[in-house]
Amino acid sequence: MKIDFKHHQSAHCENGVVSNLMKHNGLNISEPMIFGIGSGLIYCYIPFLKVNHGPAVTYRVMPGLIFKRFAKRIGVTFKREKFKSVAKAKQRLDENLKNNNPVGLQVGIYHLLYLPDHYRFHFNAHNIVVYGKEGNNYLVSDPVIETVATLDEKQMEKARFAKGPFAPNGQIYYPISFPKESDIPYKEAIVKGIKQTCRDMLAPIPIVGVKGIRMVAKLIKKWPKKKGIKVANHYLGQIVRMQEEIGTGGGGFRYIFAAFLQESSAILNNEKLMELSKEMTVIGDLWRDFALEASRLYKNRKATTGSYDKVSEMLFELADKEEVFFKTLKKAIK
Amino acid sequence: MKANEVPQDKSSLDSINQKELCYATDESGNYITTKSSGWTPKTIALNNAIEDIKERAEEAKQRVLNNETSPIEYYMELNRMDVTILAGYVGIWPFRVKRHFNPKRFKKLSDKLLQKYADAFNISLKQLKQGDLNED
Repeated sequence: MKIDFKHHQSAHCENGVVSNLMKHNGLNISEPMIFGIGSGLIYCYIPFLKVNHGPAVTYRVMPGLIFKRFAKRIGVTFKREKFKSVAKAKQRLDENLKNNNPVGLQVGIYHLLYLPDHYRFHFNAHNIVVYGKEGNNYLVSDPVIETVATLDEKQMEKARFAKGPFAPNGQIYYPISFPKESDIPYKEAIVKGIKQTCRDMLAPIPIVGVKGIRMVAKLIKKWPKKKGIKVANHYLGQIVRMQEEIGTGGGGFRYIFAAFLQESSAILNNEKLMELSKEMTVIGDLWRDFALEASRLYKNRKATTGSYDKVSEMLFELADKEEVFFKTLKKAIK
Repeated sequence: MKANEVPQDKSSLDSINQKELCYATDESGNYITTKSSGWTPKTIALNNAIEDIKERAEEAKQRVLNNETSPIEYYMELNRMDVTILAGYVGIWPFRVKRHFNPKRFKKLSDKLLQKYADAFNISLKQLKQGDLNED
């Protein structure tokens, strides 16, 4: 069986899945809107967690949170199910497909064989939509690639029951009720979304937001002395990899947020947001410059300690810029 | 970033004939979506990560051959895992996984537990036990 489902590519998986599921149900909402209303933007350094033997830095909120906040703020009810039993998980998925209901799934990216080998790390917070089943093959709409794909039953089971941090436990989710298009409180939802992002980015917690960026900047300076050039390069590479990972990333997220501010500016009739959108674009460019500079370092393994200071300085500058930006944004929506 | 400045570098996305979607601005400063085939700084970061894993697997292999660790550690590295992730797949505590790196303990493990490891690594029980360290 195959549900008539339209696949749209997006820059980031979670927004993309939600956006595609909304569009399927007749609600035309763009990816940046979902990202903004769901307050997806953040910066967080997670000290005790190691990913691939390197530091964990995230540029977006916890998996599932964008979507949870978005649904709450615009009044869509979603159903979410997790499973202990593999058989039960499969049965529920098949039932939904039989009922013509495409579902969102949380999966481990390592088991998605249709992605290039280079992207297959043990990262469990990837999202896809399954929109049908033909024989043994599930039809998959993965929003980060251009076309649709397939996974056979065994691969699907592995992906749904991937293990490690953020293990998906076979999680599926789908909308069950919608508000009327005219009842959707877009304006309030946008304001709430922006307020929360400002609060997160300016949070008085050393590892979160602007303070988190500063903390990582300090660490970058220390790494070559404390850990040696090789490890420092690995760590730095890891930060860039997390920043620019397929379709996501620090620079990329800043652009999506800028697109959101632009769209919001029209809806809220607020000129200031348009200016701030341009500002955010400039900041996004600076994040890319940072990644470029960092890549020069980890490309040649003979970097000197001094060159780390430069990259660290760039990050400090970004922190200052973002601090001013989010303070202004907070005032602009009052 | 302006749409005409979106990088179109070579990347592993070429291997599956895909491009990724980006948000960028058009001539009048409005946001549009556009495609990118990849960006070199990111490709280098990914390549380095893969290289590091290969190096670690190679080191582990040498230590298995010197009888300093068990094949479990080698296959763990080969599958890009760490102790916590592997423990998740096998369904035991991480400290137990670490103990199973000891070659003497490894030899005493039950087939039932070894089968769980073999499943996690996508190899056969025989392959794991024999310790012939093939890359596939």
